[in-house]
Amino acid sequence: MEFKTATNRRLSNAASTGLYGTGVGGAGGGASRLSLYQVAPCVEVSIEEFEQFALDRLRVLKAIEENRARGRRLEEVEAVVNDLWRKHMRTPNAADAHNKDMISHFVLRLVYCRTEELRRWFLGMETTLFRQRFRSETPESQRRFMEECKLPYKAINTTEFEAVKDKLGQVARSLNQPLPTGMVPFEEVPELVASRRVFLQRGNAFVPRDQLVAIVSNHFRARLSKALVLTNRKWTATIAEEEKDRLTPIVEALSTRYLGPDYSQLKSKTTIGLQDLDSLAQRSFPLCMRHLYTKVKEDHHLRHGGRQQLGLFLKGAGLKLEDALAFWRAEFSQKMGVEKFDKEYSYNVRHNYGREGKRTDYTPYSCMKIIMATPGVGDHHGCPFRHFSQENLHAVIGGLRLNAHTVDDIMGKVRNHHYQLACAATFEGVHGCQCDGINHPNQYFEQSQKVLNPQLKSGGDDLDLSLQGMPVVPNS
Amino acid sequence: MGQQQQQEGPVPMEEDVKMETTAEDSRHLQHGFSPDYLKLYYGRLFPFAEMYKWLSYGNDGKHPGCDPSFIARREFSFTLEHDIYLRYLSFHDASEMEATIRAKCPHKIDIGAVYNVEPAKRTAYSGAGSDRVFSPVERELVFDIDMTDYDDIRNCCSGADICLKCWPLMTIAIKVVDTALRDDFGFEHILWVYSGRRGVHCWVCDARARRLTNEQRTSITDYFRLYKGNENTAKKVSLVAASLHPSLLRAYTDVCRPFFEDTILLNQSLLTPEGNYERVLDLVPDDAVKTNMRDRWQENRRSSAAREDVNASRWRQLKQTLESKQKGQALRRCVEEIVFSYTYPRLDMEVSKHMNHLLKAPFCVHPKTGRVCVPIDPQKCETFDPTTVPTLSQLLNELNENEAKHSSINNGSKTRDLEKTSLGRAVHFFQTSFLDPLLQASKAEVAAAYQEKLHESASRPTLNW
Ligand code: SF4
Ligand SMILES: [Zn+2]
Repeated sequence: MEFKTATNRRLSNAASTGLYGTGVGGAGGGASRLSLYQVAPCVEVSIEEFEQFALDRLRVLKAIEENRARGRRLEEVEAVVNDLWRKHMRTPNAADAHNKDMISHFVLRLVYCRTEELRRWFLGMETTLFRQRFRSETPESQRRFMEECKLPYKAINTTEFEAVKDKLGQVARSLNQPLPTGMVPFEEVPELVASRRVFLQRGNAFVPRDQLVAIVSNHFRARLSKALVLTNRKWTATIAEEEKDRLTPIVEALSTRYLGPDYSQLKSKTTIGLQDLDSLAQRSFPLCMRHLYTKVKEDHHLRHGGRQQLGLFLKGAGLKLEDALAFWRAEFSQKMGVEKFDKEYSYNVRHNYGREGKRTDYTPYSCMKIIMATPGVGDHHGCPFRHFSQENLHAVIGGLRLNAHTVDDIMGKVRNHHYQLACAATFEGVHGCQCDGINHPNQYFEQSQKVLNPQLKSGGDDLDLSLQGMPVVPNS
Repeated sequence: MGQQQQQEGPVPMEEDVKMETTAEDSRHLQHGFSPDYLKLYYGRLFPFAEMYKWLSYGNDGKHPGCDPSFIARREFSFTLEHDIYLRYLSFHDASEMEATIRAKCPHKIDIGAVYNVEPAKRTAYSGAGSDRVFSPVERELVFDIDMTDYDDIRNCCSGADICLKCWPLMTIAIKVVDTALRDDFGFEHILWVYSGRRGVHCWVCDARARRLTNEQRTSITDYFRLYKGNENTAKKVSLVAASLHPSLLRAYTDVCRPFFEDTILLNQSLLTPEGNYERVLDLVPDDAVKTNMRDRWQENRRSSAAREDVNASRWRQLKQTLESKQKGQALRRCVEEIVFSYTYPRLDMEVSKHMNHLLKAPFCVHPKTGRVCVPIDPQKCETFDPTTVPTLSQLLNELNENEAKHSSINNGSKTRDLEKTSLGRAVHFFQTSFLDPLLQASKAEVAAAYQEKLHESASRPTLNW
């Protein structure tokens, strides 16, 4: 990949798109590598860089998500994040690294500002990324960073310390933690206040060193959260329209961009047969697909969104076109007769397999895309964890015969909007084995097959996107 | 003005006021309340000027930095006769507020948050895609402490009733919370108000408190939360740490222990009838100690010093046993747990957690008791007696008597009606110990914010996403 610096196409013509703020160039050098991303960089970016930088950062964020989903310990995540950062965010010229960091962050802000769901995801991942990066700075550069950002942290001097030494001791002893070294306004540390894990005096909370990371990342989070809402306003008010021929399509595509393995091609040997569908649906389909499958069997019909979601999934799972046609025909014709089906619906099936129309081979939907869908009345597509009411979901999960603890765990994750984590927990409950996180219904399916048919060989394991090397399932 | 009758789902309010109507009017009179009296009260006594000044927080138009829309963005809500409930009212100025209250004669006035737009016009902003979603921007940090939350430890009365035997629980709550708000959180402008019946309200009005996020509000209420559990768990205060948090230690030594030993223990006869002492023993996690105590107490001998209160001597016995016990670890915190269970404040958490929660305004009249919601001086809260708080009928009587006395000497004096009654003292206290210092601070803040804005706009960088 080559990086073009200044092309004629300046990324943002004037402050309207706002990539200009105070410059970060010039002095550059010695400043801390970290940033709170308060001001967008004033640099020229080519469209190619715009997209490439964003994709590189997105790879880091997605990998963080997966590592979190796997319940890795902090130190492990930290190590991975540092590696990933080095791997994806490296620039040929070290001096450009900071720019790439800034540009990619601000581009993804645009991408992820547009719905509550996207904002929440971006906020979570960026905060984790920031926390890990801050953690690996030296104490000296951490201090410098906090000063530069005017974070409300103050080291306590000896007189101040002596005055409250006893009380600090009481708190430290009862919690088995080191003595505080600094103070922050109590507003900064709500969790510590809530659990009485700090000494408070006249509005100041006395915090030990190891709390710094939490405080600084809370700040980061709060600022980014506000900024995202503002960006969203600007996006809807002006940017989307002004950039509709240039940036808007890129931005819109980026948010549903799926970075995992490619399920669009029928992998040569990966096929499933029509006769196995019932049992596969029972045992290996994720809830979203199981639901659609059950519905089409029950109603002998599915509306467009459902047909696409299930149809492409089946294709990705290895159902051949002829079998797909047979499947849909068998169901739909019960309601409408074969002729009507052949006339009105078979085109669509063939289309999805790239045999009609533009002849593009359509890609099975990723979880992100399914979760972002907005199914209406009478629609059955979407992700049950996201789109079902609590009661309905509970009933469905109840039907899986999981133990009560797992059910609680799943419902808890759903309440916290961690739909994919809930799906992974469901996988674990159903299969009785660990799951590395769910990103794609086809990945769920293939992992399930791997567990149920262990004799089948699995593919490689690439760190980049961890879920990647999906096993190949031969026709049985 | 956009008033309309609204029933917008469950409304967050600090207590459930059910207004009875005509059938009970005769009783209301005895209790000092009637809608007619209320009209007179709003007409002649209610301290509109002070309330308006308070809620303006220095935005009185006298400084270029004043925000003229500030008070107009404050939500008020009224409960009228027959439980008619009006939410999202707002007033542009003092006279509109005064006129509306007089005209509607609300049985209860609630104060809500300051929103980003005028609550009365909120619907204009609520449409999808609207740039400004109607949302609260600031709000006093408020607390509601209600005697009904102490029912499991009151042996004198229950439910909505209160008496001088249980009222000290409120005194303790005020002392503990007030001290912590000042010493721990650094707040200064704190108003305590009698809720008119069975509890107290607290308004923390510092600018810093008004700008707390919901998360920060929740953290403060949790900081005050010791009492956990429900009907089905006996042990409701659990202290697990090796030493008490400094804030708890201060509450324990300065307030809870002395009040427990000198007042609550005796007032509530915690250790005399078997039913009562069993509830205390439930909090002891050691069966040997329990049996030992039961053996000594069941005989009901007044063996030791007969002159000493039985409760006090039994408490001494229990304390000695618990503290001498070699087991240490498990029982170490037991004495403190018992004391805290019977004294530590119990806040109604929900009221404090959210910015948009409503709370009854000071100087309202409670329709059941007829008592005015007067401020309480936290420094003298042990002398506050809820049974002598002026009632509506009493105030009107005072007014009549005063006028009868002075009608002959009509010297055209301009004494406010309110000063002719015992409400005068309450309003005076509100003004001098709360409002004056608050307004001084608020005006300084308005000026400082203005300076900063000038400064900032001079050195503002360009737009940014
Ligand atoms: S998380 Fe993904 S695989 Fe699981 S149910 Fe939702 S969309 Fe399907
Ligand atoms: Zn009582």
